[in-house]
Amino acid sequence: MISHLFLQHYWWMIISLLAGILVFLMFVQGGQSMIFTLPLNDGQRRLLVNAFGRKWEFTFTTLVTFGGAFFASFPLFYSASFGGAYWVWIAILFSFIVQAVAYEYRTKPANVYGQRTFDIFLFINGTLGPFLIGTAVATFFTGSAFSLNEMNQVRWANGWHGLEALVSGRNLSLGLAVLFLSRVNGLLYIINSVGETDLVERSRKKLLMNSLTFLVFFLFFLVTLLLSGGFAVAGSGEVSMEKFKYLHNLFGMPLVLILFLAGVVGVLFGIGASLFSPARNGIWFTGTGSILAVIGLFLIAGFNNTAFYPSSTDLNSSLTIQNASSSLFTLKTMMFVSFLVPVVLAYIWFAWKAINRNRITEEELRGEGHVY
Amino acid sequence: MIENLDLTLLDWSRAQFALTAIYHWLFVPLTLGLSFIVAIMETIYVRTGDEEWKRMTRFWMTLFGINFAIGVATGIILEFEFGTNWSNYSWFVGDIFGAPLAIEGILAFFLESTFVAVMFFGWNKVSRRFHLVSTWLVAVGANLSALWILVANSWMQNPVGMVFNPDTARNEMTSFWALLFNPVAVGKFLHTISSGFLLASMFVLGISSWYLLKKREEQLAKRSILISGIFGLLSSLMVAYTGDMSTRTIARVQPVKFAALEALSEGKQEAGLTIVGILKDSGRKIGGRSLTEFSLKIEVPGLLSLMTSGDRDAFVPGISDLVNGNEARSIMPVTEKILRGKEAKELLSGYKASKHEKMVQKADSISAVFRDPGFISGNFRYFGYAFIDKPEDVVPNVKLAYYTFHVMVLLGFFFIIMFALALFYLFRGTISARKWFLWLAVWSILLPYVSGELGWALAEAGRQPWIIQDLMPVGAAVTRISPGSVITTFILFAVLFTVLLISEISIMVRQIKLGPKH
Ligand code: HDD
Ligand code: HEM
Ligand code: HEM
Repeated sequence: MISHLFLQHYWWMIISLLAGILVFLMFVQGGQSMIFTLPLNDGQRRLLVNAFGRKWEFTFTTLVTFGGAFFASFPLFYSASFGGAYWVWIAILFSFIVQAVAYEYRTKPANVYGQRTFDIFLFINGTLGPFLIGTAVATFFTGSAFSLNEMNQVRWANGWHGLEALVSGRNLSLGLAVLFLSRVNGLLYIINSVGETDLVERSRKKLLMNSLTFLVFFLFFLVTLLLSGGFAVAGSGEVSMEKFKYLHNLFGMPLVLILFLAGVVGVLFGIGASLFSPARNGIWFTGTGSILAVIGLFLIAGFNNTAFYPSSTDLNSSLTIQNASSSLFTLKTMMFVSFLVPVVLAYIWFAWKAINRNRITEEELRGEGHVY
Repeated sequence: MIENLDLTLLDWSRAQFALTAIYHWLFVPLTLGLSFIVAIMETIYVRTGDEEWKRMTRFWMTLFGINFAIGVATGIILEFEFGTNWSNYSWFVGDIFGAPLAIEGILAFFLESTFVAVMFFGWNKVSRRFHLVSTWLVAVGANLSALWILVANSWMQNPVGMVFNPDTARNEMTSFWALLFNPVAVGKFLHTISSGFLLASMFVLGISSWYLLKKREEQLAKRSILISGIFGLLSSLMVAYTGDMSTRTIARVQPVKFAALEALSEGKQEAGLTIVGILKDSGRKIGGRSLTEFSLKIEVPGLLSLMTSGDRDAFVPGISDLVNGNEARSIMPVTEKILRGKEAKELLSGYKASKHEKMVQKADSISAVFRDPGFISGNFRYFGYAFIDKPEDVVPNVKLAYYTFHVMVLLGFFFIIMFALALFYLFRGTISARKWFLWLAVWSILLPYVSGELGWALAEAGRQPWIIQDLMPVGAAVTRISPGSVITTFILFAVLFTVLLISEISIMVRQIKLGPKH
């Protein structure tokens, strides 16, 4: 028989995987954040927008699925975090609403507000999206100001409803790290899939600074994380602060450690290869690396008797993968559904290949019926 | 939990949900139907190799894309709003409600969004066949998205396949199939998607008629009228059939909603079916609420009884029977349901208290009660009534339910006639000469939007005060944040969506005026 505990771990792994894929796919946002700075002229901007515009749906849908999967497997997180950190989530949503129409409408005649407005929408989404999502995820380690009553209903301890997360240096550093990682992946994507030499060269030049900035924020977050205390769960369910909790988690779970290190190495290798050689496939290393590193971070947040959504004001309201999860029956039903994930990944891969067969150039766009 | 509830908060939270849902529903039905129409056209192209069909496919596909983008933008809000604004609800039912939403993401949204990319960008990159398959998969994916969210919504109308767990204070799923084959879900899914097909057909018919009026693109217009006429006629018949199905199900599982949509204040035998009628307050009251009566009506005698029970003499309960009870017909009064609900709620408090004081035996025995089928059907199913103050509060807005329902149904028959006429004139070869009909078709584009929104208003407002029928009233479901926050986000959404809608309509109209590319 499959135990409830096993399924809770299984679903936390699926959530981690989705989070990893989401962070990788935010290369689309990273690209959008450079819409005004990377291209030198309108032609290049058109190439940039069309290169990312063929992929934005994947990121968007992954975000939606991430939300849905979280709701189904850990509903208490869904109700406590969305209902409590209201303003953060609303801000994230806003930045995604404006994205969805921006590609389709920017160059359409009679779009009322003009191309520039929609380009600004893309920029807003590209910058705020990754930054806010990164900041929100950081609270998995730093805690949030909520409490739950006996009916498991959430109360937030302050009127900021989540926005207070933005004044913590540790949260901000993860937000900025995710933003710059998205930009790095965005640049690597252009190097990989755009056929115009000039734009590709500019992307390689920008890669260095963006990578360094990413590394600074990432290392800051990582070091403070490993040195800080964490939210440990005792056998009885009591939550308490434990010194070096996340460091313990990393070394207590060697597989996770390996996964995480492999991720970091992958990220660095992809960047290095693109900086110091004419290689065009850096995205695959950095992308895979990003996925693995994010999975690693999520696993040390949730596994090894750790509260993944800790409360800083009422320790015992903290959410763990045990107290926040769905019932055994639901998790089992959902497990069968999750078996279809490989099928989904397979057809996405297939369709992606079919569309990206040739590099994107002005000429290719001219022959195309659907241009943004 | 409903004590000290701020009504401003509740009203604005509801308004925000209604606003975003109404906007979402402006775009969703066209996606549902147009995806199939485009797929049919492309199939004909692939079969015949006639380039004109390809041109048609690409023209309607452009309009599809413009609509699709904004449909996606409005959808993401709804999903997250369950968490942000109805968080107490999300916990109470997350174990059940979350699953369909997740399945929707994994199975349907990815199918749709992956193949939409091939559909738009694949014309020169993949084989004809692969492209055609992609177009069909988009249609299937879109309609699968509809399936899961509607299963979730139907569960709120008729909660099945679950048991309450006092430990976690929530309902837990016990049967996935019960959820999926909920009678409400079957009817709702078929009715909703066919209403989408109908809407898209009217859209295509109306725009094609406009081309005929302007003497442009006549071949494209006539072929489009052919496809949309046939598809529309079939869907409008299906809409009427499945709508009737839904009505019968409501009569069984939500009798108060049913009495409201028929505006039946007093129960009767040989109840007649009102075709058209005007309502006014009758001066009679239940508690603080006025009952209604007809100031004018056209009615088919006995038909309502016949339709609901297959028997002309059958008794159809009215609002006063359902609120005050009717012993002769063994209908329980709401006061009794309130008592039973309160018993269940007190038992839950007792359970929490004994857990708290570590009285294991007592807690275990209470926990067993919650699993006892007699308790579930006798008490727990009225759990939500514990939060109801006055019996008449369980009655939704009767006039709203009545008018939304009847206007929707009348429009339903109007559409059948429209599609039949379009086909008739087309086959007679006289359609271009029927100016009045063409203009009527152009303006009728708006009407399915009206009936679709009316349908949702009926389904959702007719369920009030419940968010989950009989189990949870909306007041207990809402997230406790400051009303100011919700008012602010309401305004933000209203402004942003309206700004985007204006752009969408403007682009759409311009694309139609530009016409298909040559
Ligand atoms: C009967 C159909 C239907 C109904 C009742 C709803 N939707 Fe919807 N939804 C669709 C049919 C649909 C669709 C046709 O499949 C859309 C429109 C455009 C698209 O991409 O898919 C969509 C888009 C869409 C998206 C964006 C998906 C993406 O990224 O591709 C989300 C998150 C939702 N919806 C969520 C909801 C929620 C939470 C609803 C209920 C309150 C809801 N929808 C009602
Ligand atoms: C022809 C006769 C029709 C009948 C008898 C009918 C009946 C119904 C009923 C009873 C409901 C409420 C379901 C509930 O409360 O759960 C409903 C809902 C709805 N109707 Fe209709 N309807 C008809 C025509 C139409 C038309 C023409 C449209 C749109 C083009 C439409 C669109 C909808 C929609 C979108 C809903 C909400 C989804 C749902 O609850 O099923 N209906 N209809
Ligand atoms: C997309 C079409 C939909 C429309 C147009 C729509 C319309 C509405 C309206 C008008 C209300 C306000 C009712 C009132 O306050 O009197 C409402 C509320 C609500 N609806 Fe829907 N609805 C739609 C879909 C859904 C679906 C599919 C679900 C569930 C999955 C749902 C769940 C809710 C909830 C949770 C509320 C808030 C509680 C309430 O006021 O009942 N709605 N909706």
